[in-house]
Amino acid sequence: MQVENKKEFQPKIVAFCCNWCSYAGADLAGSSRLAYPADVKIIRVPCSCRVNPMFILRAFQRGADGVIMCGCHPGDCHYTTGNYYARRRMTLLFSMLDYLGVEHGRTRVEWVSAAEGVKFSTVMNEFVEKIYSLGENVRLEDLRCKES
Amino acid sequence: MQRELMNRAKELLIDETVVRVLGWKKGDLGYNHEPAYFDSPEELEENFVYDAFCGANLSKYMIEAGKQEGKTLVFLKPCDTYSFNQLLKEHRIKRENTYIIGVGCRGNLDIDKIKAAGIKGIESVDADGDMLKVKTVYGEKEMPFEEALLERCLACKGKTHMVYDELIGAGEKEEAGPKGNRFDRVSELESLSPEERFAFWRSELSKCIRCNACRNACPACSCLKCVFDSNQFDSNQKANADTFEEQMFHIIRAFHVAGRCTDCGECSRVCPQGIPLHLLNRKFIKDINTLYGEYQAGEDTDSLAPLTNYTFEDAEPGIVAERGRK
Amino acid sequence: MEVNQVQRIGVFVCHCGTNIAATVDIKRVLEAAAKEPGVVHAEDYQYMCSEAGQQKVREAIKEKQLTGVVVCSCSPRMHENTFRGAAQKAGLNPYMVEIANIREHVSWIHKNIEEGTEKAIILTRAAIAKVMLNAPLQAGQSKVVKRALVIGGGIAGIQTALDIADAGYEVDIVEKTPSIGGRMSQLDKTFPTLDCSACILTPKMVDAAAHEKITIYTYSEVEKVSGFVGDFQVDIRKKARSVDMSKCTGCGVCQEKCPSKKIPNEFNRELDNRAAIYTPFAQAIPNVPVIDRENCIKFKTGKCGVCSKVCLAGAVDYEQQDEIVSQNYGAIVVATGFDTIKLDKYEEYSYQSCPDVITSLELERIMNAAGPTKGHLERLSDGKAPKSMVFIQCVGSRCADERGKSYCSKICCMYTAKHAMLIRDKYPDVDVTVFYIDVRTPGKNFDEFYRRAVEEYGVHYIKGQVGKVAEHNGRLLVQGADLIDNRRILMETDMVVLATAIEPNPDVRKIATMLTASIDTNNFLTESHAKLRPVESPTAGIFLSGVCQGPKDIPETVAQAGAAAIKVVGLLAKDYLVTNPCVAKSDELYCNGCSACEKVCPYGAISYEDREVNDHGIREVRRVASVNSALCQGCGACTVACPSGAMDLQGFSNRQILAEVDAICR
Repeated sequence: MQVENKKEFQPKIVAFCCNWCSYAGADLAGSSRLAYPADVKIIRVPCSCRVNPMFILRAFQRGADGVIMCGCHPGDCHYTTGNYYARRRMTLLFSMLDYLGVEHGRTRVEWVSAAEGVKFSTVMNEFVEKIYSLGENVRLEDLRCKES
Repeated sequence: MQRELMNRAKELLIDETVVRVLGWKKGDLGYNHEPAYFDSPEELEENFVYDAFCGANLSKYMIEAGKQEGKTLVFLKPCDTYSFNQLLKEHRIKRENTYIIGVGCRGNLDIDKIKAAGIKGIESVDADGDMLKVKTVYGEKEMPFEEALLERCLACKGKTHMVYDELIGAGEKEEAGPKGNRFDRVSELESLSPEERFAFWRSELSKCIRCNACRNACPACSCLKCVFDSNQFDSNQKANADTFEEQMFHIIRAFHVAGRCTDCGECSRVCPQGIPLHLLNRKFIKDINTLYGEYQAGEDTDSLAPLTNYTFEDAEPGIVAERGRK
Repeated sequence: MEVNQVQRIGVFVCHCGTNIAATVDIKRVLEAAAKEPGVVHAEDYQYMCSEAGQQKVREAIKEKQLTGVVVCSCSPRMHENTFRGAAQKAGLNPYMVEIANIREHVSWIHKNIEEGTEKAIILTRAAIAKVMLNAPLQAGQSKVVKRALVIGGGIAGIQTALDIADAGYEVDIVEKTPSIGGRMSQLDKTFPTLDCSACILTPKMVDAAAHEKITIYTYSEVEKVSGFVGDFQVDIRKKARSVDMSKCTGCGVCQEKCPSKKIPNEFNRELDNRAAIYTPFAQAIPNVPVIDRENCIKFKTGKCGVCSKVCLAGAVDYEQQDEIVSQNYGAIVVATGFDTIKLDKYEEYSYQSCPDVITSLELERIMNAAGPTKGHLERLSDGKAPKSMVFIQCVGSRCADERGKSYCSKICCMYTAKHAMLIRDKYPDVDVTVFYIDVRTPGKNFDEFYRRAVEEYGVHYIKGQVGKVAEHNGRLLVQGADLIDNRRILMETDMVVLATAIEPNPDVRKIATMLTASIDTNNFLTESHAKLRPVESPTAGIFLSGVCQGPKDIPETVAQAGAAAIKVVGLLAKDYLVTNPCVAKSDELYCNGCSACEKVCPYGAISYEDREVNDHGIREVRRVASVNSALCQGCGACTVACPSGAMDLQGFSNRQILAEVDAICR
């Protein structure tokens, strides 16, 4: 699989957003008309602690080029402690992906409150730009292929 | 020591302290001993073995043994007791159904290292001294004991048993400890470029034949039903077998045991393809130690595991990128 | 993707006027949706949320026997409930509705129709994929016992109980000591108005005791709590008082005649002694003494019995036993208050060795007419009136090392100003110096109060800390620093008063464990949300009142007590609680019993039980997790902690989320 052969790189980006802060932040970005690329598709979860590493790996394996998880700021979790657990899980998972040679720019965690529509939009713009610069994700999709 | 262990086991069977013994029995090759149950003194006499090839960690077998009627006697090497403790902590083993004899251990041998040293036609190995005396069809060969140690024994956690009812041959005072930093290899990989790391892991993980030996041997991988065999995550379906399941198996397995893995090294020991799987687990252990403070799974039975714990000041996931820039 | 053949999905695309239709090609979304497996109906409408739009949804559900509905519209945070309601009216389970957010997440931000339409189609597919795996969920009901329990009988507990009782609900107060009143009853005057503490507290105590809806259990402790919001089962241990409450007239003769009078008096901070049979203070409620059995000669030796002989009412009962009261409550309020920290680690202040170094709370007792010195300000070492006094602020508060507390105790700046002012007022010849780090006086009329101390009463405030206090020729030598003048200070004084940090009552840890209420590293109970839910514990049905949640003064405590009361009343006013059906559920056949889920649950909703399971013919007793759906709030932390995938979250199941991932990455 070679990037050049494809007509134009259109990244697939999955954003897991917690219902109480980040999803609402994304809604605010929308109602404030703060644009970010349409490559970002949001999946609503009750809390960042609902995000199983399996979901992220599955996204990559199904061809996602980047996965971002957004939750309430630490200390502001609707469920008090959810994002603290999520923070550890994601730190370790991302570190492992980095260790396996998957570009660390493809994963990101951001804390976005319901009031931070601007931040949501800025973060998504930055992240998409990063994914464009990294190009298509071939590594994780390809980790166990015997021949390339 | 083998005789001493066997005699004690017989006594405990005869005085009905225990109804069965979980130990190791001789393999057909003299160096491929395997876990076994013994129900009588006669069986013990016939097959029981304890030497430097008894690498198998018996802790995990106690999950099933613990469900049987009556007490089970189990022999645990110092590093095995960490796994046992971890299983106790996870309520998988009933302590009251177990009689633990903590056995002394000089380190276990890796037959592949002996073979790799050019010794062929091995009939038996005498591991009593500092030099191994290997009897082969071509005569007796020698090699230093140290050089044939299993990878995991190079990172020995020490000679202290975390849990036991009695000790036999255990030199609690003995000089213990690793022969170097167990994270050296992890650090080495970390210092490579992402391309080199990817190339390394790709070549290693591509060898995997999904035989599940690592999963079966791992004392932390003790789920009644593995997610890879269940329909909870759509991960068991045949259609996915060569995609999601195949590709992500080792990452997910490592994640599931993160914070619970005692670094017993069984995964790498049993891998028929020689994949250094322990390097995945050790990466998590290294990260946990540096980010959340030193933690040794199985050292106790009541502390919170790193992934069921947090502090307000924990590092942000972005630290991965920051480290990468260094 | 696994397609459930029985599912019949209807897709409804909303134009939202031109909000969506202007940048999303509705027709293409409809066409794409119609092609998805399982979709049997697709239609669009100008305003799907309008009555006419909802009508369309209802009709389609009936006509096409839809089993699932996807509405492509605005954010689910806006109209998810609207469409769930519509579905329910048409006989479809409300949880069979999913929303594709094609307004906030698409049309309002993507101006390119091509891009917007494509994204809208993908989000619609994801919602369809998810709804295919939805299962009908039933919101449960649980009954509400219309009675509240307040743990702690200080001002926080009394106020909470009064407010709940005034709203018409039964309240029980459990107080550990022989009388209600708490810390406030030990105070002499209160800032910033200098009212007499007893004068404002006693009427409230009397009101509480007289209130027909309030039952007070003093000398009692909560022993066991089970159940959950709406119906907690609580065992209260009424310790044996050794005095029959129904007979005692409160005459006090027993206390006078008791020969064992050398017991440190807790109420006066052990600055004087009390008898073995005692009421802690004159205004105690109930005004019925207790026998301190550990120090009573009768209980220790079997001989004595003086109190019994002098009691004309015959109320003394040496045979009385502890009694367990079992009661059910809909809500529980924790109002366990505080104590001052122990000062044994602060040798530099010589608190242990010099009787003239005292804590502020001890000074309160000394200043009080019922206190150990009958209200005369005097040195405890020699009974002489001091000519000079030094107050040291932040003793153990805002402390960087582990000897003290990292937080600000909040009340000390104000009570020190109060003490300084009262002393200067009553004893103008006493020179008063205050060493402080910062003077913190936010609060109505607080700064004015502090300035009066400085400006009208001539209290010397020195910014700087004290390094050492030592006895010197019968006086005290204070070594400190003045950070503003940048000089070292060495002064002699007669008394030193330490503004000792406050900490939650040590018993709160035990209580928090019983209630599965979370607690922070300083033993303060955690509120559900620092800003928006300050009086609710994350554990449903548990509310917080007073200093157990964080340092606060009396006005704040009373305000919070009222706030906790109204939350309780809001709960008790309901006959039934509707439970959120999107809660965690454990599959017993997959559960290892490892307790990982239990450890991350912020609500104590997961418990373990040994249950016989039938695993494909193998019957065995296993330790398995069980989720209390009334307590679970549906965060999902447990689902990820579970390695085997036994724990799943209804409404956001593993398979549902994976289906969305797959649809997006298709």
